[in-house]
Amino acid sequence: MNKQFEILRQKATKRNEDLKSTVQIRVGLGICGESVGALEILNQLKDRIKSHDLSAVAYEVGCIGLCYAEPLVDIQKPGEPRIFFQNVTEDNIDEIIKLISENSNNFTGSVLGTLGGPSINGLPQIEEMTQWKYQTRIATRNCGTNNPNEILDYISTGGYEGLSKAISTMSPEEVRNEVATSGLRGRGGAAFPTAIKWGFLVNSPGPDKYILVNCEEGDPGAYNDKGILESDPHTLIEGAAIAGFATGANKGYVFIRHGHNGPIERTREGIKQAYEANLLGDNILGSDFSFELEVALVGESYVSGEETALMEAIEGKRAMPRSRPPFPAAVGVFGKPSNINNVKTLSYAPEIIRKGGEWFSGIGYGRSTGTAILCLNGNVKFPGMYEVAFGITIGQVVEKISGGAPEKWNGATLHRTVKLLQTGGPLGGVLGRESLETLLDFESMAAAGAILGSGGIIVGDDTVCAVDLVRNLVAFCQFESCGKCFPCRLGMTHLVEVLERISSGNGSPNDFKLMPIVGNAMAQGSLCGHGQLGFNPISSALRYFGEDFRIHIEENRCPTGSCIATFHRPTRTRPIASSGWYPGS
Amino acid sequence: MAEDIKSQIQRAINSQPQKTVTMLSCLLAVHDECGFIPTEAIEIIASKNDTSINDVWAVASFYTNFRFTPPAKNIIEICWGPTCHLMGAQQILSAVQDNLSLESEGDTEDGFVSLKYNTCIGACSQAPVITINHHPVHSISTDKILEKINKELKRKND
Ligand SMILES: Cc1cc2nc3c(=O)[nH]c(=O)nc-3n(C[C@H](O)[C@H](O)[C@H](O)COP(=O)(O)O)c2cc1C
Ligand code: SF4
Ligand code: FES
Repeated sequence: MNKQFEILRQKATKRNEDLKSTVQIRVGLGICGESVGALEILNQLKDRIKSHDLSAVAYEVGCIGLCYAEPLVDIQKPGEPRIFFQNVTEDNIDEIIKLISENSNNFTGSVLGTLGGPSINGLPQIEEMTQWKYQTRIATRNCGTNNPNEILDYISTGGYEGLSKAISTMSPEEVRNEVATSGLRGRGGAAFPTAIKWGFLVNSPGPDKYILVNCEEGDPGAYNDKGILESDPHTLIEGAAIAGFATGANKGYVFIRHGHNGPIERTREGIKQAYEANLLGDNILGSDFSFELEVALVGESYVSGEETALMEAIEGKRAMPRSRPPFPAAVGVFGKPSNINNVKTLSYAPEIIRKGGEWFSGIGYGRSTGTAILCLNGNVKFPGMYEVAFGITIGQVVEKISGGAPEKWNGATLHRTVKLLQTGGPLGGVLGRESLETLLDFESMAAAGAILGSGGIIVGDDTVCAVDLVRNLVAFCQFESCGKCFPCRLGMTHLVEVLERISSGNGSPNDFKLMPIVGNAMAQGSLCGHGQLGFNPISSALRYFGEDFRIHIEENRCPTGSCIATFHRPTRTRPIASSGWYPGS
Repeated sequence: MAEDIKSQIQRAINSQPQKTVTMLSCLLAVHDECGFIPTEAIEIIASKNDTSINDVWAVASFYTNFRFTPPAKNIIEICWGPTCHLMGAQQILSAVQDNLSLESEGDTEDGFVSLKYNTCIGACSQAPVITINHHPVHSISTDKILEKINKELKRKND
């Protein structure tokens, strides 16, 4: 065991014991919590603890994944399980404070349940709820539990053990072999085997080589990359350093979209603390391995998530894809060999090294080893971020975990059923109800005409019109086309026009023939996945919901009444200052 | 005044927390500081990065978060991404635009609100979502969100 790391671990254990001897109040402050007022609640709790002079600490954690129950506040007394209050409002604060000041267990507020120990007072155990029971939490193991701003919290739960083990006891090749044994595949969309990708970089000449971490996460409906960074940034930081060690890379960037302040600030703080602990920087933990990591921000651009566009953006240019070859492993960012991985992919690495590749490959199904981190949204009872082992059916995920279509909304009783699923982001597919039978793994998903992609699953119930949803997806793709190649730029524009006329009742039967012609030209003539896959939403929707299209075209009506006349979407035209040298002025 | 904005731009460019400084990182820093990209910034960033104003303008005009005129006092972003779309974003867009007498993205005539569409705020589990002055807010219903917007804007500007 590395001596320097042993000292860090002792410090972490000490901090953990001190924390456990006091009352801890954790407030979920991911963006899901923030948007329903968690920040105000945390501030008030802190004020009250101070003014009542209570021996308790209140601190922010990230997202535990149960977004539907946010704001979530949990109390943990020494030696007891955590007791979670759900949908907390400012009205509940008095009660929470009273539970501590009077040391009672007398709840009236809405309690979700207990976590991490035997049930008390007959409260439900979160471990027994389907939202938790069906999960296998690896990359999200600390999310919502650890303080994301405290490196010692991460170390006290086994953090940086993988990195320490790798650099003290393994060769880079052994690390790559361990990852190969794990069967880990990329979680950014293409599901490419990670160990093979790392192998490409090994063979490229140094000394400067880069590990690029992709947290562009432009896919609407997905927030698991940002979720990991805002809840447990160190799992990614450690994973990136392990990737650096395994490939001989000495530098890295975490690429995040500007404006997502939670993930950005917590990743920056995490990197700073890792430097201070000598877990990043020169001669990590006294070894001869050095690795630099920093955050690179990008403006709003979906295509900047594409690997070559990402490199352009890190260099500070327009995020427009490059043609390949040369491939990133040969000529990447700043002309140096580079490896690009998604946040989730790298976040598995610490546990894979700590527990072994075989442990990881024992989880999952067939060639899809490990877990999928899903974001379930839309018309479901329990939207949230859930990590499940591959091999369960999509139906189980939708019905059991996210509770299926909601039965009640705003007090009214509804009788709705799940109609469609949108998976894999806007370049993914729109699937029908029959796809609920599909197994959750890369191959079965592809056979069903969809990709798992970033893990976002948007569920639509029977009030949703497939044409209306597809119009939105294609409008997104049109807006986000980088414009470099005309089949994508003009094709998307043409397709939005066609979809807008179909949804407004002006479509013609000819449109059934026209759309695939345009889609085919895009697939054939586009440089990057954006144009190549851009027809997916339409082709899959035609496959599963041809009837919705037919009703619009032949009967001039929308079957669900969702296709409203004015569909608001942005244009790329931006107000320009009237200065002599601006184009267009 | 002209001097003022130049030093503001310089400060933004020189106080970036990360090591790698590029045209894009400078533009983002200036935008955070000023709320828009002033003409002067394009020139300063060009000379800082040893490139031409055309190159800087090319980058600035590509990313849709940049604007080139001063923003209104308050910024409201409404997500029109697919999850929010299913959960009623179009109705919110219509209602907010009617309320502000706007037809699309843009600034109100009184310079009080800048309205911007967002492709995904990242809080899809709380859809539909908007942001008011960069704070994400879950929208329970169209009426409530109008109320909330008015309340927030009033609070800030009192
Ligand atoms: C238009 C487009 C957008 C993409 N956006 C992302 C993204 O936001 N995040 C991501 O991880 N990968 C994205 N990808 C995939 C990346 O190009 C790349 O395959 C991935 O980051 C590789 O990581 P992995 O091997 O860990 O999967 C995108 C691809 C395309 C074509
Ligand atoms: S396919 Fe579209 S997004 Fe990709 S490079 Fe071409 S124009 Fe840009
Ligand atoms: S789609 Fe609206 S926040 Fe993601």
